[in-house]
Order: sequence, then structure tokens, then C-alpha cells
Amino acid sequence: MKKTIFGAAVAAVMAAAPALADLTIVDTSYRTGPYAANGIPFSDGYQDYFTLLNERDGGIGGEMINLVECETGYNTEKGVECYESTKGEGALVYQPLSTGITYQLIPKATADGIPLHTMGYGRTSAKNGKVFEWVFNYPANYWDGASHAITHILDQNDGDISGKTIALVYHNSAYGKEPIRTLEGLAEKHGFDLTLLPVDHPGQEQKSQWLQIRREKPDNVIMWGWGVMNQVAIQEAVNIRYPMENFIGVWWSGSENDVKAAGDRADGYKALTFHNIGSDYPIYDDIQTHVVETGNAAGAGDQIGTVLYNRGMYAAMLAAEAIKTAQEIHGTAAITSAQMRDGMENLEITEEKMAALGLPNFGPEFKVTCENHGGNGFGAVSQWDAEAGEFKLITEYFQSDQEILQPLIAADSQAFAEENDIEMRCN
Amino acid sequence: MPEQLLWGMEVFLNGLMAGVLYALVALGFVLIFKASGIFNFSQGVMALFAALTLVGIMEGQVPFSHLINAVFGTEIHHFGWHVPALAAILLTMVVMVLLAWLVNHFIFRHLVNQEPIILFMATIGLAYFLEGFGDIMWGADIKKLDVGLPQGINGTIDEVTYNLFGYGFFIDNLDLWATFIAILLVIGLVLFAQYSKHGRAMRAVADDHQAALSVGISLNFIWVMVWSLAGFVAIVAGIMWGTKSGVQFSLSLIALKALPVLMLGGFTSIPGAIVGGLIIGVGEKLFEFTFGGMMGGATENWFAYVLALIVLVFRPQGLFGEKIIERV
Repeated sequence: MKKTIFGAAVAAVMAAAPALADLTIVDTSYRTGPYAANGIPFSDGYQDYFTLLNERDGGIGGEMINLVECETGYNTEKGVECYESTKGEGALVYQPLSTGITYQLIPKATADGIPLHTMGYGRTSAKNGKVFEWVFNYPANYWDGASHAITHILDQNDGDISGKTIALVYHNSAYGKEPIRTLEGLAEKHGFDLTLLPVDHPGQEQKSQWLQIRREKPDNVIMWGWGVMNQVAIQEAVNIRYPMENFIGVWWSGSENDVKAAGDRADGYKALTFHNIGSDYPIYDDIQTHVVETGNAAGAGDQIGTVLYNRGMYAAMLAAEAIKTAQEIHGTAAITSAQMRDGMENLEITEEKMAALGLPNFGPEFKVTCENHGGNGFGAVSQWDAEAGEFKLITEYFQSDQEILQPLIAADSQAFAEENDIEMRCN
Repeated sequence: MPEQLLWGMEVFLNGLMAGVLYALVALGFVLIFKASGIFNFSQGVMALFAALTLVGIMEGQVPFSHLINAVFGTEIHHFGWHVPALAAILLTMVVMVLLAWLVNHFIFRHLVNQEPIILFMATIGLAYFLEGFGDIMWGADIKKLDVGLPQGINGTIDEVTYNLFGYGFFIDNLDLWATFIAILLVIGLVLFAQYSKHGRAMRAVADDHQAALSVGISLNFIWVMVWSLAGFVAIVAGIMWGTKSGVQFSLSLIALKALPVLMLGGFTSIPGAIVGGLIIGVGEKLFEFTFGGMMGGATENWFAYVLALIVLVFRPQGLFGEKIIERV
């Protein structure tokens, strides 16, 4: 009898435990707390893409995807706890979705041999694969973003912005300060004056900063915000009648959530992006058929097609393509995290590949190499159309200023390598 | 007039307006602390919950729709109607009174005579419960709140100051309305506390629970009433802050702006909350204007807490608070 009970218990545990042969993907999401409104669409997009692959294709290379969700609340300590509690499940890759969590995980993931993908956030100099073996930040990073904003302003001014004033309104945190070095370099190169306007966390009160903008009348304002800071900044810009077409936010300040509070008056506000916008892609038909209609949509299923949903889906697509690459390289479907790293390092995203996935022209083409973990630094500019109620891409994808960025990345990663006694790879 | 002076005047006026918004949040803390000795950590979340409820009612949103849809496989989200702002505010007040009753009935009634730190811990628990409950009830998305209050630069002030000084001052219409409403609110609360039967009972409870009980005042009723009043203040604060940023979960963080106001003005004084709010608002804005550039900016929160700390050192009860004397 005892044996029967023991056997049943073992069977139950075996059934409940994730199959170790599955491809385990951890979604470190934040569906609660002050940033939930942004965390939910990203996580929904991320999960729906993997659900689609499971439902439609039977996983990747015949191997099912075991999706594990862990709630971080956008809190660094909780994010690290998520990592520690899930890494034993055979996680192939982590996308921390927070610069704070990323900084904490870089040494841990490096020691554990699990790759990190920090798309559009995290430590910019991780682009240097010679130093950061386990960290990837393709297709674009913060410094690319700063350069994209200036390139766009240059384009609007016939290539000459000398003598102009550009203000950076930024979250007074490590994240918000990221673009400063790049912008200072670009200011020197192009001869514009840079005004720095930090905003205290969380950013609900910005009157001082916007009164200063009203007084000094900078030609352009760049925003590096997150959460409520974005909504308040856009509202304050509207209040002081700052021309919206001269106001441009980084990609984390460019979702529907950010312009909602200001309503129609936010029309014309611009934001950077490194992926396309909207739901006019063949893949959405598949998501509807295989995910939504089968009742498997993540969350409430009401975020499909939003900017951040697309970003989450794009991140999942890049992870899935890296898995495929790893499977091809190693000739096995059930890859390990170390093999996943190889897949990420040899990832190549082409227009042909994106079209075949039902995402034609959805993002820039790029190639990851041993030396370059950050892609080619392409991005685009979107603009809020209040009447249509959506952001629209208003430029083609263009490259960041590599002449300015590469020395900065080399210097920062070199310093990290020296501090941590890291031997350069890719020789 | 020198440009710097004009800008300083503009910053001063905007500081006053910001101070009123801080004071609106601080008032809720003061009401509950005064009547029950409870430092209500959940006041910020109450403002969030009130604003969520208000938008939900106005938009005809079905409460708990995500939960209902997940359990029953339905696809219901809205009732299909829109409720006018005033009616929605009244209905939200009913919800906040109900919440006050529930909070008192299920939590604080059981904690009578407990140490203040226990009561404080209970309000932390309440804050987390309410935040999660609000999320399940109304969803986590950012909601636009429009109760008809005007926003943007006040054209008259801009024009008048331009004609006078050659520089038009920026004053936000929403801030002017917030000031007007805050004045009405404080007058109403003071009149209520001074001249109404229940107001006097509230003050009696605030002075001495035991003595109030001995003359037949119902502690339960007074506490429900005070939490309801704090709920009403939370609605006003939720409307003002929610109109600025949209109704979202970071609204609960506005409590952080109220703490230095309370430290400065005193935890037991309604006028103290207002004066404290104004001092903090003006002080932090003028400090940022004058020294922000030299110190790298974003000095406002730092200044507010440093100022409050200095006041605490010299006057622990705050500028207007009652000095607590414990007799052996």
C-alpha cells in the first residue's frame, strides 16, 4: 500500500514538474505595481509569441517551449529572486526588462553560464562581445537611441544644429543618465548646447523643469522617462504649449499609455523605436487563430497590437530565432543555455527571415558576431497621431553615429574588463 | 523688473499651487491621525482606489471583469453607459464610505488599544490589499480622467502679467481649481469639526478615547466617519493628481509628497497640513530655481525632506501639531 502511495506521489510530482527536455523560457514580468501598465503588454506579447509557436508549430524544432512567468514588480531585489528561483529549471535566456535588474544579473548570469538579452536597455557597453560574453543588447541600446534622436533633429534642420539648444528631460536614475555621455559627445561634434533637466522619481511633479523649458525655450526636448514621468512630462509640455513635433522620447517613453492622459493635445509627439508598430502583419492572423481563439492569450488578451505588446513579441521572436540558430549549430533540438548563447552570437535577422515569420519589415536587419553583441544600431522615429489613436512610423530605419558611439563603448567595456579582470575574447 | 525676479515670482506662485496639491494628500493623513492616532500608510492607495473607482463608474466599466471573464469564459467589459462626473463622484463617495465601514469592521475594531506601531502595520497591510484589490477590480491600465476641470495655461494671468511686467506668468488652470477646491475643503472640514455634533464628537475622540466613550460617543461610528472623510479627501486628491497624469498605480506614490508636509505642519493640524504644504511647495521650487543648477538638479524631494527634518529637530510636533506630554 505504502509503495502504491509512494508511486502515485512520484507520478504526480513527475507530472507537475516541467519536462526538463523542454526549451525553458523565463518571462520576468511585472504585472503589478506602479509600472504594471507597461509590464503587462510587453509580457503578453512575449508569451503570446511562444504560445503561438507551441500551438501552431509544436514548439521550436519539435521541442515544446516551457514558459515560466515570474513577477518582479519592476523591483530589482524581486528580479534577482526570480532569477535565482528559476535558473535551476534550465532557463535558456533571461530578458530582465529592467536596467536595475540587468546590472545585478550580469555577474550572476556570467558565472552561471546563462545568456541575458537586454533589448534597448541595460548596460550599453555590453555590446562589446569581447568583454561581455553572456550579455546581448541587440538590436539597439540607449546610446544608439540618443544618437537616433540627434540624427532626426539634424534631418529636420538640414544637417545643421550648431547654436541650437537641446534639453534632455530625464529620470534621475542610472537609466535616465545613460544618454548623457553620448549627447555630450554629439553636442561637441554638432555644436549644439545641451541642457540637462533631471526629474526626481517617480516624476509626478515636474513643474520646475517645464517652467525652465518655458523660460529658456530650447529648440528640441529629448525625454528619457519611464512610467508616470512620461505622462506628466507630455501633459506639462502640452500645458506650456511646447511644440509637440520638437519633443521626442526614447522608446521607453513612446507607448500609447504615455500619451493617453494628455489626450488629443499630445498629437505630434515623437518617440524612438527599434521595431515596427501596429498590427497590420500576417502574424497577427495566426495569433488570432492559434492563441486568442483557443483561449490561450496571455493576460486579458486586450493588448494585442499595442507598441509594448509588439516589443514583447519582437523580443520573443528574436529569442526563438536564436534558439533555431543554436539548434542548427549544435544539431540538437534540446539545447542548453550555453548553446543558446552560441545561437545568439550567430543570430542574423534578415528581411527575408522576418517576412517568412509573418513580420515583414518589422525591424531592422542586423547580424550579431562575437565582437558585436548589439547589432548595427538601427532605429526609427514614430509619431503619435491622436485622431487615429496610434503611433505611426515617420522615418526609415537609420544607423546611430558609430563614430561617436564606438569609442565610448570601447572605453566603458575596457574599464569593466580591467575592474573585473576579464580576458578579451574573439581574438 | 529684472528677469530673474519675474521668474522667481512665477516659480513662487507655482510653488504655492504645488503645495496645495501636496496638502490635499496630507489632509487625509491628518484627519485619521487626529481622530484615531493611526498613521494611515494607505492614504495614497486610497487616493488611487478612489480615482480608479471614479473612472470605472464614469466609463461604465464592469468591476472585476477580468476575473469574471477568466472564470466564466465571458467577454464582458463595459455596461455600455457613461455616468456624468458629478453622479460618479457621489457614487464613489458611497463606495469610500462602504470601504471605511469595512476597514473599521474587519480591521481596526479588532485592534482597539493596540500599540500605534501595530495599527501602522495594519495600514501597510491595508495599502497592499487595496492596491491589489483595485487592480483586480478595475485593471492595471492607465485611464484618462476628465471630470471637466480645465487644464493648461491660464490665459488671463498670462495676459495680465505680460501687460504688467512684459513677461506672462504660467499658472495651470488645474492648479487654480485645486486651490479653490482645497480652500472649500478646509473651510468645510473646520466648520464641520467646530460646529457640528459629529464634528465635536470627533474632536472629543481625538482628545481622549476613554473619556469620549464614557460620555456615550460611539468610537466605531466616529472612526467610520473619519475614514469616510479621509476617503472623501482621497477622492479630491485622486481627481487632481489623476487628471494630471492619468489614473495609474503610481498614483499611490503621491503619499511620498505628503510626508514632509506632515512632518513640517504637524500630524494633528488641518491648517498645519495646508501651511506645511505651501511651505514645502514654495520652498522646494524656489530652492530648485536658485540652487538646482549648481547642485545638478532634481533637488525638490531632497529639499522637502531636509526642511522637514530641520523642523523636526527644533519642533518635533511640527509647526502646528500638538505637543504630546506623557505624564508618569
